[in-house]
Amino acid sequence: MSEISNQLENLSYKAQQIANEASQLASIVVDTSGGHSDFIIFGITVLVLACFVGYYVVWSVTPALHSPLMGVTNAISSVIIVGALLAAGPIDSAISKYFGLVAVGLAAVNIFGGFVVTNRMLSMFKKK
Amino acid sequence: MSNLTTAAYLISSVLFILSLRGLSHPSTARRGNFLGILGMTIAIVTTLANPGVLSYKEIGIAFLIGGLIGTSIAVRIQMTALPQLVAAFHSLVGLAAVFVAASAYYNPSAFNIGTVGAIPMGSLIEMSIGTAIGAVTFTGSIIAFGKLQGFVSGNPLVFKGQHFLNLLLGLGIIALIVKFCIDQNQELFWLIVAASFVIGVLLIVPIGGADMPVIVSMLNSYSGWAAAGIGFTLSNNLLIITGALVGSSGAILSYIMCKGMNRSFLNVLLGGFGGEQAASADGVKDDRQAKQGNAADAAFMMKNSKTIIIVPGYGMAVAQAQHALREMGDLLKAAGAEVRYAIHPVAGRMPGHMNVLLAEANVPYDEVLELDEINRDFSETDVAFVIGANDVTNPAAKTDKTSAIYGMPILDVENAGQVFFVKRGMASGYAGVQNELFFRDNTLMLFGDAKKVCEDIIKGLEN
Repeated sequence: MSEISNQLENLSYKAQQIANEASQLASIVVDTSGGHSDFIIFGITVLVLACFVGYYVVWSVTPALHSPLMGVTNAISSVIIVGALLAAGPIDSAISKYFGLVAVGLAAVNIFGGFVVTNRMLSMFKKK
Repeated sequence: MSNLTTAAYLISSVLFILSLRGLSHPSTARRGNFLGILGMTIAIVTTLANPGVLSYKEIGIAFLIGGLIGTSIAVRIQMTALPQLVAAFHSLVGLAAVFVAASAYYNPSAFNIGTVGAIPMGSLIEMSIGTAIGAVTFTGSIIAFGKLQGFVSGNPLVFKGQHFLNLLLGLGIIALIVKFCIDQNQELFWLIVAASFVIGVLLIVPIGGADMPVIVSMLNSYSGWAAAGIGFTLSNNLLIITGALVGSSGAILSYIMCKGMNRSFLNVLLGGFGGEQAASADGVKDDRQAKQGNAADAAFMMKNSKTIIIVPGYGMAVAQAQHALREMGDLLKAAGAEVRYAIHPVAGRMPGHMNVLLAEANVPYDEVLELDEINRDFSETDVAFVIGANDVTNPAAKTDKTSAIYGMPILDVENAGQVFFVKRGMASGYAGVQNELFFRDNTLMLFGDAKKVCEDIIKGLEN
């Protein structure tokens, strides 16, 4: 019994090793084949579909609210802060980090400014 | 990127779409704005949870400073100054895109795009395109801001060979990008930035002040494409989706504005339209007499009218007359008249600007109608009250094929029983075309500052 359990343990250990190696290999394959260039096609797919969504959503916006629309789109275009945060993230003090921090600050001005001013505009629209 | 992160970014994207969807009606619009804030919060928190993001203190300080500046500007800004505020904000998105791209170039491993000097070709292309669009957005928006704020003359600045120079610079930028993708040289990166800064300025200087609605919308669109470009560098769908939303939104707004002026986008971009030169060329020849009235006459006639349509334009915003105008409207309503407002698509200096100003003055939004909704009603209206608008009421746009504004959709105010035209003087409008309406039998000119005229009419109505 104990032999079998030992063997099983061995086997499972080996299986795990193989799995580890396989995943390492896979990641190397992805790296070398440029997992990124695969993303380009995928990204373009997303971009095109999102343009269609944008087209239909924006045409449904009432002309009276075109100024608030600009306010909101201005605020959400600052989603670029995602990139800024990744750039500013490392502990080191390389120049790239400071670029990132400046971008975080700029995007923050926009996020707060855009949403606050839109809210101000929208709070004024009242019915009879 | 972990599955959880991807899912969180997807939720943000959906929230952004719903946020724009909310703007389809004023009653759901505030919820839409809230969903946008929620989406942004999720995006930021998710990114902060990324194992590569560690310098919380510095990030917190940068975020706080930016947030404080943004909020304090946004709560103080006057609604008449909205267009320049939006232009200024666009410039920041453009500059942020440049900084993010620069950071990705100097430390590519933070974005999983190889190592310094060995960035994959695809990432380099995306990075440089994102940088170029961001840089053009930055300087272009600064010039647009300057023109709207009055720091830079609103007149179009045209010089010989301008378009050729732009073309040359554009080709130069493409050549630089190609070279940069091969050499990965840092001087080339900054040359791309510098050349894009220059072309951003050159693209906007020839465009006149009143064409700014198109330009502000176009820059809105650019800031979206810049974000999408960075999204490709980061392999991040959230940025791509959001960038596409903003990009198409700005493009559609520019299209609507161009259509409102019956001009092609290219015609606006090439610039040189309007301004003082054009205004003096046409206006002086006319020696016909326009009938002039005073506030007391207008008050008396409007008091006895059943239906009144008010047509506001940029002049109302300049004179800050919206509050006095609303008060006048209230008095007329109390006297038993039906008062409505007609908004031309290109009234004001940004899309929907008049609607915001009227809302600010507490005019209910269901009394404010678009051109298509109200244009037919002018023939059954007793009084049309034009305040601060000009070209958008000119009947020559329908009849005179030689006119610069021929074919532009206009508000048919001349069909009303009586037209009151509030104006500072007899000068022609932005397009430099004399307004036929001034010389019609049913038109009475009320000369003076828009706000002052409204106040005088209010006095007349109260007596």
